[in-house]
Order: sequence, then C-alpha cells, then structure tokens
Amino acid sequence: MAELDTSGGGKHKGGKVRSKKASTRVDLTAMVDLAFLLITFFMLTTTLAKPKAMDLAMPDKDEKTKDQLPIAASRSLTLLLGSNNRLEWYLGEPGKSAPTVEGYGKDDLRKTLIEKGKDVQAATGKFMFVVIKPSDKSNYKNLVDVLDEINITNIQGYGIVDITPAEIALLQKDGLY
Amino acid sequence: MPRVKVQRKSTAIDMTAMCDVAFLLLTFFILTAKPKPEDPIKAEVPQSIITQPVPDDNMATLTVGQGKVFFSVDGTDVRKQLLQQMAEKYQEKFSQAEYDRFAVTEVFGVPFNALHQFLALTSEQKKTYQQPGIPNDTTSNNELFNWIREARVAAKVLHNKELRVSIKGDSKEEYPTIKKVIGILQKQKVNKFSLITALRAAPKK
Repeated sequence: MAELDTSGGGKHKGGKVRSKKASTRVDLTAMVDLAFLLITFFMLTTTLAKPKAMDLAMPDKDEKTKDQLPIAASRSLTLLLGSNNRLEWYLGEPGKSAPTVEGYGKDDLRKTLIEKGKDVQAATGKFMFVVIKPSDKSNYKNLVDVLDEINITNIQGYGIVDITPAEIALLQKDGLY
Repeated sequence: MPRVKVQRKSTAIDMTAMCDVAFLLLTFFILTAKPKPEDPIKAEVPQSIITQPVPDDNMATLTVGQGKVFFSVDGTDVRKQLLQQMAEKYQEKFSQAEYDRFAVTEVFGVPFNALHQFLALTSEQKKTYQQPGIPNDTTSNNELFNWIREARVAAKVLHNKELRVSIKGDSKEEYPTIKKVIGILQKQKVNKFSLITALRAAPKK
C-alpha cells in the first residue's frame, strides 16, 4: 500500500547513525473488514420480524352464566371449517339453506363476509355475528385465517363454537370431512 | 517556465473513523440481539395482518405441534417458583442444582416424572433429545393444566400481574389438539389469550 513515508532516516552521510523511526499509522483495513463481517453476521441472524400476538377472547364456559343473550339466527353467519383448506358457510338456521363451499382467500371468504355483513346490517339494523365451527379435520392455520379475515373485515361479534354432528354431516355431504 | 508538478497524493485512506462506526454498529447489534429460544419442534406459525408485537415479559407460551404440547414461561424467578410449587403438588424432591437448571430452561415438554432425567441432560444432549410433550389428556387434572395453573399463581405471587397465556401453534396442526389446549385454558377461566402469528407480507398487486 502506498503509505506516506514518515520515517526520517535514510540519508546519513557521516554523522550519527539514527535508528529508523517507525511509522505510527496502523493499517486498519483488515480490522474494518472484520467488523463489517461481524455486523453482517449479526444483522442476518437476529430475528427482525418479531412474532405478533393475536388476541382471542373465548366465551365463558362456566355453567352458571346462563344469562347470555341468544343471537338471532337471522343475523348469524356460520362458518364450518372442513378439510383440504375449504370451508362452508350458511346464513341463519342450519338446514334452511344449502351451505356454500368456499376457500379462505380474499376473493372468497372476505367478499362473503363483507357482502353478507352489509345485507344483515340492512335487513336487521344490527351487526352480523359470525359463528366459527372448526371441524376435527381442519387445521390451526384455517382458524387463524378466519380470525384474520374477521379482523380485516372489522366484524364486531364472533365466537368459536364446537361443531355439531348435523354440521359434520353437511361437511361430509360435500366431501370436506 | 518550469512545469507545474502535480503532487502525488498517498492512496491510503484514514480508516479510523470507519472502524469506529463499524464497531459502534457491531456493539449495538450484539447488545440488542436477543437469542432466539430453541424450539423443540419446528412450529411454523401462521400469518396474519396483526401488527401487535408479543410482549417481552410476563408471558407463558404453549408451543403446539405434531400433537405435542410444550410449555415455556418468561422470567427465571417465575420458573423457579413454578418448579417449587409443582414439586409440592406432586410430592417430588428437586436438588438446588436442578432448580437452577430449570430456571434457565426456556422450553420443555416432558412428563413430570421424567423431569429429573431431562434436567440432567447437557445442552448438547438436549438438542437431540426427542421431548414427548407434556401429557394433556382430557381429564380435568392433567399435567398441562397444573403447569399453566401453577405458572399463573407464581406470576401472581412474584409480580402481582396476571400471566398472559399465548398459543404458538404450527399451521399444519390438526384442530383437535388446539381444541384440547383451548379447553384446558377455559377450564381455568382463561378466556382471553393470544395466538402467535407472523406478519403477513403485503399482498402483491
């Protein structure tokens, strides 16, 4: 490397022989290299995306609290989570109308939730209540996906409820169980 | 007229400032980095749009995957207290070394009677040891129920704060396992808990 020659010795014609003055400058290039290598390593290994916490409130299962108000069937939308990442939904009471089979995507479930939410709001003047019934064949991701869509569409009332045998039969009919 | 001589400059750059900055950054990254706790199973958390970060302390996490449940709670003091209470409940004796070792154990998933054996493992052995998960059968007095309950009591005693419970589930996990865990929580009237999710990347247009 081209360093400034700060040494003062060299041309000694006669006189005293001086010891060569060593340069005080240290080449820091290697040290910088090492430092940046370590920085890169730490930046890549630390988890920048911290996990997020989705709050979930379940209804009280206590037998004593029986004074909860029932939700009118006319404004409840039931989601049955089946296998193969598919779900079925129906509005109102079970058996009255055939359920619709759908996926979890933003063109499927989100559209349904928004549209039906508006319909229910217009018909009854109250917000729609979503009942989530995961079957034993659904997985955890399905549940989180549904809760996510509910957060996106800003639905006020929802609950996770155990599925009934009649609803399992509905899923079986459509080959989702 | 004499030619103007262009003075040749040295090509060496003073690296001192750069070195200072680099080491400052390095120190910052080392100090802020929190080592990721080693998960006993690979739990790939589902994604959501939630942006609320997981709190740093006062949290118990139930890692669920492959039908197994693992338990972890924040704070070494809480863990120590927790083991004391569990030892009392199950009439088991633990040595001081075992208490100390349990206090630094981040995640565990072994039945209570295998805890002695588990705590005796070195950290190298722990990596390969297949933890069977905490027993969580449907009876109301199972081990997972007691772990959560005693952890809540311990947190209440030590910090006078209600312990937050969160579920960290693998996205492929079948729903019955999750249902069982939620059922255990509901049995002790924990009706509000968190599901841990990863941030979903913004949708591409």
